[in-house]
Amino acid sequence: MTEVLVLVDHVDGSVRKTTAELLTLARRLGAPSAVFIGSEIDGARDALKQYGAEKVYVLDSSDLTDYLVVPKAEALAQLVEAKQPAAVLIPSNAEGKEIAGRLAIKTDSGLITDAVDLQAGDTGPITTQSVFAGSFTVTAHVIQGTPIITVKPNAVTPEAVDGAAVEEVFEATVSDAAKTAKVTERKPREATGRPELTEAAIVVSGGRGTGGNFAPVEDFADSLGAAVGASRAAVDSGWYPHSYQVGQTGKTVSPQLYIATGISGAIQHRAGMQTSKTIVAVNKDEEAPIFELVDFGVVGDLHAVLPKATEAVKARKA
Amino acid sequence: MKIVVCVKYVPDATAERTFSPDNTVDRVGVDGVLSELDEYAVEEALKIREAADDDTEVVIMTVGPDEARAAILKSLQMGADAGVHVKDEAIHGSDAIATSLILAAAIQKQNADLVLCGMASTDGSMSVVPAMLAERLSLPQVTFASEVTVEGTTVRVRRDGDAATETIEATAPLLLSVTDQSNEPRYPSFKGIMAAKKKPVEELTIADLGLEASQVGADAAWTRVAGFEARPPRSAGTVVTDEGGTGAAQLVEFLAGQKFI
Ligand SMILES: Cc1cc2nc3c(=O)[nH]c(=O)nc-3n(C[C@H](O)[C@H](O)[C@H](O)COP(=O)(O)OP(=O)(O)OC[C@H]3O[C@@H](n4cnc5c(N)ncnc54)[C@H](O)[C@@H]3O)c2cc1C
Ligand SMILES: Nc1ncnc2c1ncn2[C@@H]1O[C@H](COP(=O)(O)O)[C@@H](O)[C@H]1O
Repeated sequence: MTEVLVLVDHVDGSVRKTTAELLTLARRLGAPSAVFIGSEIDGARDALKQYGAEKVYVLDSSDLTDYLVVPKAEALAQLVEAKQPAAVLIPSNAEGKEIAGRLAIKTDSGLITDAVDLQAGDTGPITTQSVFAGSFTVTAHVIQGTPIITVKPNAVTPEAVDGAAVEEVFEATVSDAAKTAKVTERKPREATGRPELTEAAIVVSGGRGTGGNFAPVEDFADSLGAAVGASRAAVDSGWYPHSYQVGQTGKTVSPQLYIATGISGAIQHRAGMQTSKTIVAVNKDEEAPIFELVDFGVVGDLHAVLPKATEAVKARKA
Repeated sequence: MKIVVCVKYVPDATAERTFSPDNTVDRVGVDGVLSELDEYAVEEALKIREAADDDTEVVIMTVGPDEARAAILKSLQMGADAGVHVKDEAIHGSDAIATSLILAAAIQKQNADLVLCGMASTDGSMSVVPAMLAERLSLPQVTFASEVTVEGTTVRVRRDGDAATETIEATAPLLLSVTDQSNEPRYPSFKGIMAAKKKPVEELTIADLGLEASQVGADAAWTRVAGFEARPPRSAGTVVTDEGGTGAAQLVEFLAGQKFI
């Protein structure tokens, strides 16, 4: 069976959920080969094996991680050349898409970004994308070169399948031209103890309607084991960090359950949450556009509704 | 110093968007605008020009149909100096790979010290054209900048990644893309609007750039759209009014019924 390369998304060796999803999708197309860039393979090995990686290419060199994007694209191009995979799957985050874009040009290959699903087809992988703020789905396929596909988080439920996870050290050569944009400082995000926003099964978001008090939003999120998100209005007001912004210029989330509180539902916000399975809103204005999207809505003051709901959830769980 | 800013003309995000029978994005019958996210790139260029001690020229570049001139005009009204509009029948339906090819060829004629882009186009929103452009132009890429500092030829930016905030440093000539966190785009002033009318806009065809029609457009795409479907509208949900504190109980009842608790 031909190989399918999966670029591993990890933080210091801790493999992110998207990687398990990509490995699961890769198995539909061929034999998953994980591509691990970094020095912390010891922390990642078990997870890669557990989700079915048949091979693991280990690329460990500071040249690959000390500069932005370009060295990783070069290394992947060399792997594609050496291994002739059936496809390359890359996580759809900012860096992943940039790596994919450069890889497409380097290898004269077609690129599909932001896939939300993937199937094997007669002429290679067939992708599904969600476009125009989620109002259309598009199916597409690559007709030249090695299909390079970036996949969004939560595209599939990861399936644990034991893989051989045969390790191979791959020595990539990084050109001087690739070492021009240097990462001079890297500050990891502070841990909140909550699930990662893009990976969470439940997201509770707050907007301008919080009036700057996110405590009821956070407490409700914690009662449900959810991640916390924010609208741009809340972020621009300095109430919540930008890394939690949901929407066109923030994160795209696609959880099982999205709860928008004090958020009107502007198109740019919808762009980041519209593909959520179940949508709930709490808003004091019954005319708010967010109610057009909801499965369940409460017209009311979030400062009254959320604390009560938090208590009720805790009572049920107790 | 010379700064080239790549801007895209897109259908207004607040208008309905759809597909044409040929599977390309329908831009007809929808008002177009300068992609809002490219306003941040124009603004950043103007700020860099204002802070520079030498004569700095800001050139706006767009690839798109006749109407795309409106995106250049808006940028000139904001204060840019000149425009380049690549337009050609053959361009219709170009994907990011072809668009970056055209932009790269047009930029190569400019001898730019800085190439500026937005973080994503509001219609396609692939966020890949800047990286592809840097690849084609062999320029250092400093992308998704949420804060930009320029000192001489050194450009330092803050990039908010998924897992970490990074500081990135590179030396011009380079390609820079900025996010909507980077600045606050200005509105054109009356003076700016009047002045824009006299600013030069050069029009170029594919042939002027030494490219063949077969290298661009829908037929040159390395991907094919097999089909598209309007998502079924979400079925109308239940909306209750919180009277006497009943809203919370009903909400939790719903969540429990859906097995979220
Ligand atoms: C280029 C561009 C990119 C953008 N990107 C994003 C993005 O990524 N993400 C994003 O979110 N936005 C984005 N926006 C902004 C977007 O257009 C909206 O302005 C923004 O989403 C509004 O945030 P909001 O819903 O919190 O605020 P508002 O629209 O002001 O809505 C606040 C809501 O809270 C309700 N409310 C007030 N008080 C209470 C209360 N006590 N209890 C319950 N409800 C209450 C009100 O009824 C109202 O509906 C972008 C805009 C542009 C131009
Ligand atoms: N047709 C175009 N003309 C000029 N610039 C473009 C065009 N398409 C994309 N760009 C630039 O590339 C950025 C990212 O676009 P995209 O990759 O399409 O999301 C935009 O913000 C623009 O700066």
